[in-house]
Amino acid sequence: MNQDVVAEQTEALAPDSQWPLWEVFTQSEQGAPHEHAGSLHAADAEQALQNARDVYARRGGVISLWVVPASAITASSPGENGPFFDPGADKAYRHPQFYKVPRGVRGV
Amino acid sequence: MTSRSVVPAPRDSPNVLFEYLLRLGDDRLVLGHRLSEWCGHGPILEEDIATSNVALDLLGQATMFLRLAGQLEGKGRDEDALAYFREVVEFRNCQLVELPKGDFAFTIARQFLFDVHAVVLLDALSRGTHVQLAAIAAKSLKEAKYHVRHSGEWMLKLGDGTEESHRRLQRAVDDLWRFTPEIFAADDVDRAMLEAGIAPDLAAVKAQWEALVREVTERATLTLPDDVPRAASARGGRTGAHTEHLGHMLAEMQIIARSHPGATW
Repeated sequence: MNQDVVAEQTEALAPDSQWPLWEVFTQSEQGAPHEHAGSLHAADAEQALQNARDVYARRGGVISLWVVPASAITASSPGENGPFFDPGADKAYRHPQFYKVPRGVRGV
Repeated sequence: MTSRSVVPAPRDSPNVLFEYLLRLGDDRLVLGHRLSEWCGHGPILEEDIATSNVALDLLGQATMFLRLAGQLEGKGRDEDALAYFREVVEFRNCQLVELPKGDFAFTIARQFLFDVHAVVLLDALSRGTHVQLAAIAAKSLKEAKYHVRHSGEWMLKLGDGTEESHRRLQRAVDDLWRFTPEIFAADDVDRAMLEAGIAPDLAAVKAQWEALVREVTERATLTLPDDVPRAASARGGRTGAHTEHLGHMLAEMQIIARSHPGATW
């Protein structure tokens, strides 16, 4: 088999590389936050919504869906986790555990 | 099988509603099975799940229509008996739904042509006079509205996509078009349903269907073939005259149930 044929077949086997990646967020009830559910591939936003509906909402329990192009997300770099997140951990006064949450307050 | 497909139509069936429900149920049972053949073979994982989902919806709708048919028939046949223990000439689906699944373009074009028809028909049935049938139609309509959104989007993507996707979809539409008149060919059963206020006038359904199909195919840059005149005497799936493909499909679909009658899991 010559190189071109191999390349062609490899490409055919990896359609993943052709469609953009989307991140999916689902909301379970009115007022609840949209939470990250996972990701999927789709050619455009409408198809991403439809695929999200089928992949993440078909078992029910979802009242709203967001899809976001994965390329639109700016992420922190795992390699810098130390300097980025640690400074907050050793300053107890920054933490809210000294406050009592009034009874009857929900969703906190 | 060809020789058997000339069994006379049960024109004077004692239970016209039973006949009508078989048509609704069999369309969905057969199309659902055809679509399920993509399971594990979809062009991409997400689409594999989507088509399987639609197939399951159609199977669920078939279950409801056939269950009601069995109850009205009153011979103790439930939906499983009707699905798995009838012969090919007893099936009442239109020929459109029994054709092999073809390539993805063919599958999408067929789903689209069927889905548009389903939305228009179910909407009318849900306002019909038969309470149980109307309830099933209302439940199915919700699903059908999503199905047409799915297949309609694909029509636009493939039709107005690459040169190859356009060519394949146009060929699919060309191949499928001659099977569409059968869906709207009203016979005595349809006329009885119309008179009873249960089902709509198929001519009106066809007009709505065609307007929607034309709108989407134009946007998809496709050309609809000229209508093929259909002889009034033409027989089709509604009276048990099927293409050679249905028998093969049923053999595969029915073999487990027939090999192990009454099995449960």
